[in-house]
Amino acid sequence: MSGFKMNRRGLLKSGAVMGAGLAMPTVFAGRLAADGHAFTNAPTGGTVTLGFNVPQSGPYADEGADELRAYQLAVEHLNGEGDGGMMSTFSSKALNGTGIMGKKVEFVTGDTQTKSDAARASAKSMIEKDGAVMITGGSSSGVAVAVQALCQEAGVIFMAGLTHSNDTTGKDRKANGFRHFFNSYMSGAALAPVLKNAYGTDRNAYHLTADYNWGYTTEQAVKESTEAMGWNTVNTVLTPLAATDFSAYITPVLQSDADVLVLNHYGGNMVNSLTNAVQFGLRDRIVNGKNFEIIVPLYSRLMAKGAGANVKGIFGSTNWHWSLQDEGSQAFVKSFGTKYGFPPSQAAHTCYVQAMLYADAVERAGSFNPCAVVEALEGFEFDGMGNGPTLYRAEDHQCFKDVLVVRGKENPTSEFDLLEIVEVTPVDQVTYAPDHPQFAGGSLGTCNPGA
Amino acid sequence: MDAILLQTLNGLDKGSAYALIALGLTLIFGTLGVVNFAHGALFMMGAFCAVTFNKLLTLSTITLDPEKKDFLGNPLQVRTPYIEDWLGPELGAAIIDWSVPLAILFAIPVMIIIGLVMERGLIKYFYKRPHADQILVTFGLAIVLQEIIKFYYGANPIPTPAPSAFAGSFDFGALIGMDPGTIIYPYWRLVYFAFALLVIVAVFVFLRFTTFGMVVRAGMADRETVGLLGINIDKRFTIMFAIAACVAGLAGVMYAPINSPNYHMGMDFLVLSFVVVVVGGMGSLAGAVLAGFLLGILESFASMTQVLDVLPGINQIIIYLVAIVVLLTRPRGLMGRKGVMED
Repeated sequence: MSGFKMNRRGLLKSGAVMGAGLAMPTVFAGRLAADGHAFTNAPTGGTVTLGFNVPQSGPYADEGADELRAYQLAVEHLNGEGDGGMMSTFSSKALNGTGIMGKKVEFVTGDTQTKSDAARASAKSMIEKDGAVMITGGSSSGVAVAVQALCQEAGVIFMAGLTHSNDTTGKDRKANGFRHFFNSYMSGAALAPVLKNAYGTDRNAYHLTADYNWGYTTEQAVKESTEAMGWNTVNTVLTPLAATDFSAYITPVLQSDADVLVLNHYGGNMVNSLTNAVQFGLRDRIVNGKNFEIIVPLYSRLMAKGAGANVKGIFGSTNWHWSLQDEGSQAFVKSFGTKYGFPPSQAAHTCYVQAMLYADAVERAGSFNPCAVVEALEGFEFDGMGNGPTLYRAEDHQCFKDVLVVRGKENPTSEFDLLEIVEVTPVDQVTYAPDHPQFAGGSLGTCNPGA
Repeated sequence: MDAILLQTLNGLDKGSAYALIALGLTLIFGTLGVVNFAHGALFMMGAFCAVTFNKLLTLSTITLDPEKKDFLGNPLQVRTPYIEDWLGPELGAAIIDWSVPLAILFAIPVMIIIGLVMERGLIKYFYKRPHADQILVTFGLAIVLQEIIKFYYGANPIPTPAPSAFAGSFDFGALIGMDPGTIIYPYWRLVYFAFALLVIVAVFVFLRFTTFGMVVRAGMADRETVGLLGINIDKRFTIMFAIAACVAGLAGVMYAPINSPNYHMGMDFLVLSFVVVVVGGMGSLAGAVLAGFLLGILESFASMTQVLDVLPGINQIIIYLVAIVVLLTRPRGLMGRKGVMED
């Protein structure tokens, strides 16, 4: 029988290995930066690498492609190429087209596949292998929450892409993570007054909700905001995320007392559920003496295109739209449209702005150190980026700005002209307290520089 | 009562799609002995035949309208389909409006060619390989086909509406003497159900009442003996593969207005269709059709609010529960034949 024996040499070797392991706080090794503080992937040469983590495959690949186009445009502008886009309209003048802190901006890309595990793996690879100092992008709240947590552990900044769930800056908020995109609460708060004007206060709403995190928070937000103005919620039904035919969920609506259907669906779910609802004649119905109405809380032009004529006249909300006439939006649309031949989506806009905001924060902080960047972004007020005066609130790292209420256009003039802005909801109307119940249970914690 | 009737109708149109896909799967399995995991992709290709045909019909001349501006402030490009130039605006618009049913004429040759190329180019090399190999290679083929479609058409769904004559819904309740508005059902779903029945009947008639069909059925029962009689059964089975591809494709063409086609739609149906085949009985055409409608209806019932209140989540597992129960009580499926996949 052989037993385990430890001799002196073995003990020393094991101790050395263990000591080295303990000295390395995580898998992410830190480097000493020029400012004397060690942090993950501190840029040392003449370049700095950003990681663009977007869905390049899977159902949101088209949205991911648009995000990537926006990031490439941002990199061009940061490096002094092209027409500069929104750099010229941005209220902060820290960026000057010489890269970030004089370092030329380079980028690597990852494919989130709109799956949390794949998104974490691609972000991890970009941080560990490619030396990305910041990760940004994504088209799903599940992905955003997962990658945000990874970036917090790794000690890099995460600038979220398209993520609308309250939880991203609510219960799952992290000190290293920042969201420019609006959220479910803001959609509810912006939509309610418009719906009140359009459909009155005496309505019975029926919710169909995608059975995942974003669906829950959107249902809660719209339900609470519409009930607050007098609407009654008849029923809320969860639908499987993988569902493609919603007829079995639509038909019970016909037999209920509902006169409004709220589709808390996004992407393919939204396209199919809306198409099915229109096929079943919901929009032609008269219930309780009122026209039956459908609402899509979160609109995306790319998704609206998939639903075709079915979106006509249907209200929803959006973070940004290319038809905005402010100087920043026009500069971005011109820059993007000239390069690619079509107007940018809201996903492209938020990603472009996030890349610019990160670069600007580094310049203002005078350091790539994530903690310095966090400090520069917290409480930062800016304008000229397409949404009017905007605040990056320190308490939860959520941007507060005007929210657009849109409606499917009755007579579109082109394939891009699908939505019309019916109201620009002022920021005050969509602002909430940091400890609002819909965002409860989370804490930013402290920033992690990673080393 | 009206809820049950409505969910039965819902189940019929969903079951139509299951039945058509499962019918094609069973045809291929019964003739060639191949477990074809690319069959869902053929359904998807059919839907994209409708998309492609619509795009062909709407190929347009472009003129600039200086009165209107595009998003960059340039004169707006106005597109006029060639077909409206050639045949007049009214007839041209009517043909475009009817592009989905007309796409059947386009899809039949396209799907037959795709079927023949698939069978001759790849599948035939796997006849004598284990089923696991067949599943792997056909699943791989399905992924390749859907990525090709995604490359050319993008990942977003593409709206492909039904003819405006069938765009609305009708009051089925009023038709059968119930209160008006209690049972509303879309016209196109009824068209889809009728079309599915037509295709199913046509396949059965073809197999039952033609010499070709008789030989194929004989080959399905005893391939070796039919071969010994001097009949080239392989050639006939290749044609049956093309017919099965065509059935799946036609199911996809007519399904396009129900849900906007996207590159992944075949995968959404594939697993369920295999369950349908297993429940119906491997190799049984009648079993595939019966199980298709049965599971479609059961799935609809399981999605009823009243059912979900009692059994939350049952809608997501009902088909698999039924499959377990059927396989435990009737291991060969509802109408399975002895000896199929039992060696």
